[in-house]
Amino acid sequence: MPVLINVTQKERETEPISEEMGVVDRANVVLETQRLSVFYGNFKAIHDVNLSFQKNKITALIGPSGCGKSTLLRALNRMNELVPSARAEGAVLYRGHNLYAPNVDPVEVRRRIGMVFQKPNPFPKSIYENIAFGLRINGWKGSKAEMDDIVERSLRRAALWDEVKDKLKQLGTSLSGGQQQRLCIARAIAVEPEVILMDEPCSALDPIATLKIEELMIELVKQYTIIIVTHNMQQAARVSDYTAMMMMRPDRSGEVIEFDTTETIFTKPKDKRTEDYVSGRFG
Amino acid sequence: MATSEIRRNFAPAEDMSFDAIQGSRRLKGMLLVAFSILALAVGVGMVLTLLIDVLVRGLPWLDWQFLTSFDSRFPERAGILAAMVGTALTIVITVIVSLPVGIMSAIYLEEYARDNWFTRLIEINIANLAAVPSIIYGLLGLAVFVRFFGLNRSILAGGLTLALLVLPIIIVVSREAIRSVPNGIRQAAYGIGATQWQTVWHQVLPVALPGILTGNILAASRAIGETAPLVTLGALTFIPFLPKDLLDRFTVLPIVIFNWSSKPQREFHDVAAAAIIVLLGILLLINLLAIVLRQRLRKQF
Amino acid sequence: MSMAAPSESSNAGLGLQQRRPHALGERFISILLMTAAALSVVTTFAIVLSLAGDTVAFFREVSVIEYLTGTLWTPLFSNPRFGIWPLITATFMTSAIAMLVAVPFGLAIAVYLSEFASLRARSLIKPLLEVLAGIPTVVYGYFALTAVTPFLRGFIPEIKSFNSLSAGLVMGVMIIPIVASLTEDAFNAVPRGLREGAYGLGAMRHEVALRVVFPAALSGVAAALLLALSRAVGETMIVALAAGQNPTFTLDPLVPVSTMTAYIVQVSLGDTPYGSIGYKTIFAVGATLFIITFAINFGSTLIVRRFRERYD
Repeated sequence: MPVLINVTQKERETEPISEEMGVVDRANVVLETQRLSVFYGNFKAIHDVNLSFQKNKITALIGPSGCGKSTLLRALNRMNELVPSARAEGAVLYRGHNLYAPNVDPVEVRRRIGMVFQKPNPFPKSIYENIAFGLRINGWKGSKAEMDDIVERSLRRAALWDEVKDKLKQLGTSLSGGQQQRLCIARAIAVEPEVILMDEPCSALDPIATLKIEELMIELVKQYTIIIVTHNMQQAARVSDYTAMMMMRPDRSGEVIEFDTTETIFTKPKDKRTEDYVSGRFG
Repeated sequence: MATSEIRRNFAPAEDMSFDAIQGSRRLKGMLLVAFSILALAVGVGMVLTLLIDVLVRGLPWLDWQFLTSFDSRFPERAGILAAMVGTALTIVITVIVSLPVGIMSAIYLEEYARDNWFTRLIEINIANLAAVPSIIYGLLGLAVFVRFFGLNRSILAGGLTLALLVLPIIIVVSREAIRSVPNGIRQAAYGIGATQWQTVWHQVLPVALPGILTGNILAASRAIGETAPLVTLGALTFIPFLPKDLLDRFTVLPIVIFNWSSKPQREFHDVAAAAIIVLLGILLLINLLAIVLRQRLRKQF
Repeated sequence: MSMAAPSESSNAGLGLQQRRPHALGERFISILLMTAAALSVVTTFAIVLSLAGDTVAFFREVSVIEYLTGTLWTPLFSNPRFGIWPLITATFMTSAIAMLVAVPFGLAIAVYLSEFASLRARSLIKPLLEVLAGIPTVVYGYFALTAVTPFLRGFIPEIKSFNSLSAGLVMGVMIIPIVASLTEDAFNAVPRGLREGAYGLGAMRHEVALRVVFPAALSGVAAALLLALSRAVGETMIVALAAGQNPTFTLDPLVPVSTMTAYIVQVSLGDTPYGSIGYKTIFAVGATLFIITFAINFGSTLIVRRFRERYD
């Protein structure tokens, strides 16, 4: 399916990577950035990123620490704006609509593009309430039975139901780290987002819990579109369909230097830096 | 299918109206902000009213005669000379006593103390002392300084009492200032063979000084406004003379304000307003001094 | 503290032995510093002892039962009665009115500062609150007596010149900055991750503030409110000036009363000789006030310890 256009090293230095490279299928793009730049005060943390994200696929953002992966991820659902000095230029198109247009409410954006964080952050409330919270604030009106139903279905889809079905009244914070993270995933999917952003969701977890989350992601991507930031090369290789490689240079940070199918990135990358990075030579 | 069943609860994915937050939801947020601003406005508005009221009533009475006269039974002859001198002397004693003791305690707790029961006792104790009502300090001063040490109801007894009152504040602000000194400075000093005290004296204290001084000036301004402990201690309300020495009887500005405010004659309320202008003016000057001092010292170090 | 040149102390070997004069000086200094720190403990003991001495003397003359159950407080009359309740009800009535003002307003300001305010708004509001907190209480008392009470009379003609209502209201405004800054600290202690979790679900600022941050900070807020209450209970000049000095056993906020603190001020202003029963009463009342505020503060500490949320 993907048609690769050969781009020389030189061109890639100057021209931003974009879907024109033909890696992605235009018809199935859910989210794309156009010349997206993010600033913290005067510091330009993200440089003119053009990326497309495919529906029902997992796209991984990889790159060395400090290259702007998390910043880019947070710009996709406007979480960046919670940092007082942050601002963005360019556009993020969701089904063709610019999420940074003046009439767009960031709150509504985040409902449709959910997020799972590096450190599990369940609310200090019951497991049940953790999931019901998102529905309640989003103006959901329904009976107790319907709510029970959604809570159960969300927990089932997050592969957590069997472990917690007898203790829904317990504090979410009382679960183990891996369970907490699955609870956060259940919490995110309860409000039915179309896209789920995951910011190093397994970095605080042990290998077994990590494996569970990875299996879950592969299951979830049948219904959702997932974009994941990860430090773990194996993880990117195991779960993602597409991979974007980000880099920083002394004079600028937050560039996407290569974007392709995960297979290509890991087997025959075109950029030397990508090759060095995925083979573990730095970063 | 499960997904679509839930999805029906929200705007469908095809619905691109991102500005479609329900009115009532947005309204709640606006109400909360409005209430917060109202709360601020009430506080600030009340103090503004207070200031204007005080200025309108007090300014006509504020003249040279007012500043240089003793108290009187007649409002037009009443002045605050004895009170200003009393306040000045009391605060000097307070600062001279509390400053070194407070800073030394802070140095001990931050630089020397080990994590043991004694340190914890001191820390809990300081937190508790900070929450003791000021009038209790008055009773303490009355029992200890006035009677036990036989200082009578003197300036010295008053100054010492206020020193104990502000000590917890001074310790807390000095500790914060010392804590904010970067650890690298200490390590550098130890690295060239300085002893602990040399490190503290030559490296840590100079850096912490702006913070310590600012905090202490604010503590002193707290002492200047204190009324209750000195009333309890037995400071007089009516003093028609200047104190001969530190063991003489005295009054201070806040007590004079209290005394005049509680008189039934309206003229005395106006005189009280004039004294309030002086008191607030002094506090304002001191706080400005603290800000200027902090800026100056910051540049120096 | 002069730095000893290495040559002076290195006559033997490599000079790595302890530099004697310094070691002595260092020891002296550390003991001096410790003594200064220990002074605060001495202060606490002095407070307890000085209150206890005359309180014990007081209870040699007055029955504890009468003190704790009586509802008449007339210690300076020729037929003295020593029931503490009029002072206690007055103290708690003025404090309750103050808290009714300070809690909602202080919390609202804290929520605004921690969840809504821009950096610029913060840098404007914080100093403003400090100014409010820095005004001497006697000035607030003057204002309650000479401005607020006459103002209230416009709406409530039967209000007396001295009353709990205006004292309580003004005390409430005085306490707003305390409530605001203490509860803001509690809000700021809530980890960023929780806020982001809620924002990531599409929560609006007020929903994050009220439904995530506030519940998570509840124990800190409760502790802060107790500290503010203790400030109100121990506050003196506002109530002494504006609430009156008539120990009446009442919950009517429109009539003169006398709080515990106001009573101590009243006796201190009079010429009460040492050793008289009047002199002893202020220590008994002071001890009662100390125990009450200590209990409130202790409760605050307990809450912080017991219910501190563990996020790690």
